[in-house]
Amino acid sequence: MTTTADTPQTPEATAPSQGKPGGGLRGRLDSLPKPVRWAVLALLVAGAYLLPYAADVPVLGPQLVTEGIDWASALFNVSYFVLLALGLNVVVGFAGLLDLGYVGFYAVGAYTVALLASGDSVFGTKWTWLATIPIAIAIALFSGLILGWPTLRLRGDYLAIVTLGFAEIIRITADSTPDFLRGDQGFTGIPHPPGTFSDGTPVFGVRDATPYFWLGVTIIIIVVLALRNLERSRVGRSWLAIREDEEAAEVMGVRTVKYKLWAFAIGACVGGLGGVLFAGQNGFVNSAMFQLQLSILVLAGVVMGGSGNMAGAILGGALISYIPDRLRGTQILDRDAYEYRYLLFGVIIILIMIFRPQGLIPSRRRALELKDRAREVAPQ
Amino acid sequence: MSEPHTESTEWDDETSRQRVDEPIPTTIGVPHERSSAGAGPAPVPGGAALLEVDNVTLRFGGVTALDGVSFTIRQGEIFGLIGPNGAGKTTCFNAMTGIYRPTDGEIRFTGKRVTGLRKYEITSMGIARTFQNIRLFPEMTALENVMVGADAHHKTSVLGALFRLPRHRREEAQGREKSLRLLEFVGIRHRAGHVARNLSYGEQRRLEIARALATDPKLLCLDEPAAGFNPAEKEDLLQLIRRVRDTGVTVLLIEHDMRLVMGVTDRIAVLEFGRKIAEGTPAEVRDDPKVIAAYLGVPADAA
Amino acid sequence: MNFSNLFSQFGELTVTGLAQGAIIALFALGYTLVYGVLRLINFAHSEVFTVGAFTAVLTWGAFGLDQDSRTPGLGGFVGYLLIGLLVAAAASAATAVVIELVAYRPLRRRNAPPLAFLITAIGASIAISEFVGVLTHRNNKGVPRLLTQEPVFRIADGRVTNLQILIVVVALAMMIGLDFFINRTRLGRGIRAVSQNPDSAALMGVNKNRVISLVFLLGGLMAGVAAIMYLLKIGNVRYDNGLYLGVEAFSAAVLGGIGNLRGALLGGFVLGVFENYVSGLFGTQWHSVGAFVLLVVLLMFRPTGLLGESLGRARA
Repeated sequence: MTTTADTPQTPEATAPSQGKPGGGLRGRLDSLPKPVRWAVLALLVAGAYLLPYAADVPVLGPQLVTEGIDWASALFNVSYFVLLALGLNVVVGFAGLLDLGYVGFYAVGAYTVALLASGDSVFGTKWTWLATIPIAIAIALFSGLILGWPTLRLRGDYLAIVTLGFAEIIRITADSTPDFLRGDQGFTGIPHPPGTFSDGTPVFGVRDATPYFWLGVTIIIIVVLALRNLERSRVGRSWLAIREDEEAAEVMGVRTVKYKLWAFAIGACVGGLGGVLFAGQNGFVNSAMFQLQLSILVLAGVVMGGSGNMAGAILGGALISYIPDRLRGTQILDRDAYEYRYLLFGVIIILIMIFRPQGLIPSRRRALELKDRAREVAPQ
Repeated sequence: MSEPHTESTEWDDETSRQRVDEPIPTTIGVPHERSSAGAGPAPVPGGAALLEVDNVTLRFGGVTALDGVSFTIRQGEIFGLIGPNGAGKTTCFNAMTGIYRPTDGEIRFTGKRVTGLRKYEITSMGIARTFQNIRLFPEMTALENVMVGADAHHKTSVLGALFRLPRHRREEAQGREKSLRLLEFVGIRHRAGHVARNLSYGEQRRLEIARALATDPKLLCLDEPAAGFNPAEKEDLLQLIRRVRDTGVTVLLIEHDMRLVMGVTDRIAVLEFGRKIAEGTPAEVRDDPKVIAAYLGVPADAA
Repeated sequence: MNFSNLFSQFGELTVTGLAQGAIIALFALGYTLVYGVLRLINFAHSEVFTVGAFTAVLTWGAFGLDQDSRTPGLGGFVGYLLIGLLVAAAASAATAVVIELVAYRPLRRRNAPPLAFLITAIGASIAISEFVGVLTHRNNKGVPRLLTQEPVFRIADGRVTNLQILIVVVALAMMIGLDFFINRTRLGRGIRAVSQNPDSAALMGVNKNRVISLVFLLGGLMAGVAAIMYLLKIGNVRYDNGLYLGVEAFSAAVLGGIGNLRGALLGGFVLGVFENYVSGLFGTQWHSVGAFVLLVVLLMFRPTGLLGESLGRARA
């Protein structure tokens, strides 16, 4: 082992948050000096903001953009799926709690916006989109606590079924309360985010989804920064410890129920934020949008990207949205390929779990582990 | 630091009650000066009681795993709990650290009841443990494993971490510093950045001790820490245990290996079939006919 | 809330609830059997049911029966029922065994963590149900009317139909058969041995993999029979019916005490009846909400279910 020997005097050299050179993309990125690393990240972020113009890139661009749905809308879809995957990754990836009802929080976020801002709402408050955000997040967080409080004391494998039940209760409630959550009929006229150009046209209109995508990317960056702070703290360590060995964690002084609740609540906040974003763009919310399968799709994204690491969650979340959208318009057996998305991702979940359980982007720790193994195989 | 224990020949009420048929005086290791900080009146002369196991019985269904076991661990000593396989050592251990709840009886730590507390509460009172079958957090680095232990006494939580408040950063830096020191202390500082799973068996055992020490325990409970070690490694471990004690931490050692126990402990309690059959200094226990019988006639120090 | 509705139809709701509960109980056995041996929630068990149901509908279709064909006579009914039971049980059992082989066995070989099994199970579940969904264009599929439902007798104000009697009798018969198999036969002893202590069972010469396959097969058989009862009762089927009924069946298994065969039976009946009362009180769309609330409340106060987890090993 040489890495620590290189700089034995600085604790940072061995600090987990610094990562270490290793195989794969992640390893290569981590091995770069700090300024270079920041430059690469800045480029990635800039690239994300420029994605709407991908079609103008010669050769590659036309391959990348979607055909069955306009490119900006497809990108916007990616942005809220990435948010959902990031949130679910906190619950499943960090804390190791299987939440099968994650869409429930997404629904809570979207419905809160609808109830407070849509003209169809019984409340008739007609708030602006912006004003609903804190309330929506607070209610999502609260619903996470309500669900977690009784259930997180249960044995881990019951949690899956209870969370699934929670999401179903929300969907059924939405379906069965024509006066309150308006079932299939839904809420129309949900206001868009604020802002107008100098000529008076709104920034967030109905034609072009590009500004919504930029808004989505911005929210994602804020969420990633916040989650990164948590991941590299006592909170993140507690989550991982719970995931690895709950009893040992508690014996080491981790207040397991408290931190599991936090994982739930934070995951719920991010999911709710996804709902807020979606409602603000779509302008319409109804009960058909929150099917059980959607929770499983997001789970597929987290698992596929690499459970427990945010780069993986971002990639996975993007893929579960992008691949079906890219396939839209392609006919397979007389059906639009988009129809097959759940089937496709169901199969992908199985294949990933059997052949590459660490996902497409292994977590930093996984990378460390694999590198150590490689070293054992090929001694220096 | 020199061996701090001198011998005295006072009666141990606790022990004599258990062994009415065998009124052999037991000796008591006199603990450190600093150990007098303990709360509550000492029930036995010679040292403040740190952990009192008081008539503890534990049943699983029809099986009685512990039957009225009592002993007292005093501050500053290395206390051994031994017995043949299935004697109830680990069960007793688990009862002390909150994994099992005694059916009857009580466990007190610095005079306060431990029975019925949650595991993390027991940890914050100052009892730390290692596991017989190593239970690290395998995919976290060695440093992170220790930091989880150090976090036990930290105050910041989600908000502090989210906004990187000054207290959070201070605690984070202190925790890291302390954890690296502890890794140094157990001798695996150079492995800090490696995931626990990839550490060698011996390193994992040491890491567990470092992680437990990070919770600032008054009492460190080691559950068969030498299992699977070769003689040289065992010798290193003995050194480590002594060094731990020399920092002022009381040690409870559960062991199978009599030689190891005899070499390092100040006092020993012997369990057989869930009952305590003897208690005393290593020399006394070694010569106790009941103990010899329990180990199937083989002299306790097979060496 | 409609209390007068609940009271005026109390007998009716109870009787239909028992019939519904019998189906749920049969379905629940698969969860309980697998959990008893593997400590695994086999999420894909719901699709074992779905495959059985659609195979039966297709088979009846091959005999020229569809939802518009005339109801056959008693002989025809018995014949078609037996054919349906056979193909559904066979298809379900085969599906269950294949799921075990493809999705779980590779993970077991690798000693994967429990979460990995759950996630794989969900993948398998969604893949199969979507496969059926795509094949059937996500439409309701009508089921031939094999039996004219008519009341046979009344208990209090509740009419009891011939179909309800059939469902409860078949469910009880399957249950008794299974109980006998597990408790009285050599293969059954193997199952009990593995469920109590997999390691020592292996030492005693029990082939663990064979026992596991057997358990999946038995659960599949029960789900296949449940599927036929469901088709007779409901009269149509959709690709995602299994998914939703599966959640109820799993709840029933947990309610009774997962890993405990008699618990699954009790749990099924309790859940079926309770759901029906909720339907009577609030409206049918709320019945599964009632099931979930019952489950959560029960788990909070009695985490091992009504009858405890007796088939499973004692937990320290």
